[in-house]
Amino acid sequence: MTEPLSFEKSRPTLAGPRLPVAGVETSARLPHEHRRRRPPALPRLSEPEIMRHYSRLASMNYSISEQFYPLGSCTMKYNPVANEEAARLPGFAGLHPYQDEDTAQGALELMWLLERALCAIVGVERLTLQPAAGAHGEWTALRMIQAYHRSRGEDRTEVIVPDAAHGTNPASAALCGFTVVEVRSGKDGRVDVADLEAKLSNRVAALMLTNPNTLGLFERQILEMAEMVHATGAKLYYDGANLNALMGVCRPGDMGFDAVHLNLHKTFTTPHGGGGPGAGPVGVKADLVPFLPRPTVERQNGGFRLDHDRPRSIGRVRSFYGNFGMLVRAFTYIVAMGGDGLTDASRDAILAANYLRRSLDGVLDLPHEGPCMHEFVASARNLAPHGIRALDVAKGLLERGFYAPTVYFPLIVSEAVMIEPTETESRATLDAFSAALRDIVDTAARAPDDLRAEPRSLPVGRLDEVAAARNPVLRWRPDAESDAGTDTTPAAPPSPH
Amino acid sequence: MPYLVHSADDRRAMLEALGVESIDELLRDIPDRLRVRGIDLEPGLSEQETMARLRQLAGRNTVFEDRLCFRGGGVYQRFVPAAVSAVTSKPEFYTAYTPYQPEASQGTLQAIFEFQTLIAELTAMDVANASLYDGATALAEAAMMAVVHTGRHQVVVAGCLHPEYAEVLRCYGDGRGFELVEGLDRMGDRTAAVVFQQPSFLGLLEDAAGLTEAAHRSGALSIACVDPISLGMLAPPGEYGADIAVGEGQQLGLTPSYGGPHVGFIAARRDLARRLPGRLVGQAYDGRGRRGYVLTLTAREQHIRRAKATSNICTNHSLCALAATVYLTYMGPDGLRQVAEVSYQRAHALAERLVAIPGIELAFPEREFLNEFPVRMFHVEHRLARLKEAGILGGLRVGRWLPDLDDVVVFCCTEVNDPDALDLLVNALARSAERTEARTG
Repeated sequence: MTEPLSFEKSRPTLAGPRLPVAGVETSARLPHEHRRRRPPALPRLSEPEIMRHYSRLASMNYSISEQFYPLGSCTMKYNPVANEEAARLPGFAGLHPYQDEDTAQGALELMWLLERALCAIVGVERLTLQPAAGAHGEWTALRMIQAYHRSRGEDRTEVIVPDAAHGTNPASAALCGFTVVEVRSGKDGRVDVADLEAKLSNRVAALMLTNPNTLGLFERQILEMAEMVHATGAKLYYDGANLNALMGVCRPGDMGFDAVHLNLHKTFTTPHGGGGPGAGPVGVKADLVPFLPRPTVERQNGGFRLDHDRPRSIGRVRSFYGNFGMLVRAFTYIVAMGGDGLTDASRDAILAANYLRRSLDGVLDLPHEGPCMHEFVASARNLAPHGIRALDVAKGLLERGFYAPTVYFPLIVSEAVMIEPTETESRATLDAFSAALRDIVDTAARAPDDLRAEPRSLPVGRLDEVAAARNPVLRWRPDAESDAGTDTTPAAPPSPH
Repeated sequence: MPYLVHSADDRRAMLEALGVESIDELLRDIPDRLRVRGIDLEPGLSEQETMARLRQLAGRNTVFEDRLCFRGGGVYQRFVPAAVSAVTSKPEFYTAYTPYQPEASQGTLQAIFEFQTLIAELTAMDVANASLYDGATALAEAAMMAVVHTGRHQVVVAGCLHPEYAEVLRCYGDGRGFELVEGLDRMGDRTAAVVFQQPSFLGLLEDAAGLTEAAHRSGALSIACVDPISLGMLAPPGEYGADIAVGEGQQLGLTPSYGGPHVGFIAARRDLARRLPGRLVGQAYDGRGRRGYVLTLTAREQHIRRAKATSNICTNHSLCALAATVYLTYMGPDGLRQVAEVSYQRAHALAERLVAIPGIELAFPEREFLNEFPVRMFHVEHRLARLKEAGILGGLRVGRWLPDLDDVVVFCCTEVNDPDALDLLVNALARSAERTEARTG
């Protein structure tokens, strides 16, 4: 059931596609010293072969269009097809980024309206649409916070991150040159406020928090934490990965967050594309507004324009104005849902997560007390006596027609199984999913070896990731060899985000 | 409500199973003073009304005919084979997540493995990653690789780099702690890398081999920012010895979309593979000896190494990489060369005709170019406005970034600017020349 690579199907004598000829007169020729010596070994395939090749590859994927994707922290909800139609409208898809502003008023207005809507949802003053993804948004927010402190003559070198945080948090902080200080989670799965107090100082630039946190629990002491952080002059940063719990329920801005990133590819239904493109806008409170990336979109005399003249801006974080096509999709979703629909979406997401959590009581370990918000973390450690791990549970779910939850994250829960059902899965699907998990737990007790051999009916079985990392083959070559030398670092388990 | 699945009965049954009266009881961990009731936004609309709203907004943008678009500057109108969107609009691709579970994600993983191979072949480098956000951030990631690899903290920009790319580099440098300077004369033993764009922002060909040699003489890395279509005819970074090649892949099957989403690519020498940012897909085998693909060398990445990762990137631009994969596979080596050659010939034919118009001359007549070229023009603003009236998106005025070149306009030509379109442009410019002469003369 595997499919050869396009390169392996290539037929060396096949002519290229029919394309127009130049049809103009010129004597110019590219000088020899600039010419490519060896043509690139791209495959030579006919269109029928290409279409069949990629159709076959498509059939080897699980996707939200066909399977339930309970990936905790990833908010895999239904991607409305109208969003795709809107993004393909010629007035959007055909628009050149350097067209004069008077010929791009619709695009600028859409960006302005989207900014206003997102500001209303999260409770901030202004927002940049430029960052291309969540991690890019985190980094953009930290750059603004860094510039803010520097503008006040303060050299703050530390960023505090909870031990349960997404890996992108410490990585983004390090990319900004900050030293990462970890704060512990308490037994109840929430930030240990005493530990936070101990770690706060005037060296700290920011505390990065997810709320609800990665265990799906609301940080009850958020207001106290915000006060502590602000008292030291530091800023509070909100990782928006879990915003799907909060629309119309409460707002990060009201909790005291100074900078808020959002994942349009999670909460706002832009498709994940097998790993992007996403979009990671960042909203900020008033004192960070001068540092927003430029240009911003401004309304003036009934029209819209790009404002490049922002002297305190951190500059640009990417080319042009962001992943505009994803902004169109998210805006389409927001218009269709409205304030009422978005509120219902978050409430249904919370209901679904609690319902599913309750149905797994006694099936997997539930290490923290509920209720949960839009997701929850279970543990497969109750299966350890059978020699069954979270990874086996994940593979068992694939065999039973479900994508796997996020496993082995957050790091503070052993054998973590992190489940986020979202508001777009029916009760029948949720029931079928818990039935599948019960079947897996039964199999674990009865026939653990069978479970460890799953999946059996997918194009490939479990792949040897350790061997793949020791002797990496990162591209096709006529005769295979390693592309990065050998290494002894073990391969890592799958993870979220 | 659109896209919500539960009936009132479903909700009731779920609440009953939880032993609560209402969803509000599940929100008890949220302090009362934080609770809001709804969002200050308009109520939702039907799909029909929603789409009417979106069409109305789209209608307020002027869309120039592809063939009458002569403006580039990093985003180009190119012919996109129907096969590209036919593949990328398959929901099995566009609604899948990052391929964490390889057994259920072989389609995406194999397509990325093909993408990595295609980019490595195109750039003549050893390895390429699974994609980055865009050309500008790809360049910034490459610079950071060089900073870590050499332990040096200065990056030299040679030639005319896209001003927005330079601005992004500076923004990353301000955070990460490297300094960006311009001009080869600033090279020294603190230099981590020499960065150049080939062809340059103005469309001019740089001495890529010479710049690479200069970098290596100082113990710095050579980072080439390249146009992927150009590599159908132009010497690729691997042939002149660059250490890292990056670029923007928009031209490989993606629409302009007001600047994104597009796709950045990065390719490197084999010994730099473990310093690459982001996802890498590698070949693996299952217990029955079947070949498959997995995310690999993950020990570089944020979810494992956290603060010590090579980059913070997580979500990249996979679907755009898939578009590029289908595009390059469709074109093959001959198609890609033809696209590059046709663009080259049309641009040169256009340049020859433009300089015959009074008041227009090549800005750098001694320099070679490919399919984008700078001209000096009298009455720039007036002439571009006349073109706009004629439905033509004229060249890109660069004065807003490069004040010394305020009268310089960069025109680009691709395979979509057919000979009739060139005639229309030339005639419109000639007419505006006559009219300005008549008016000023």
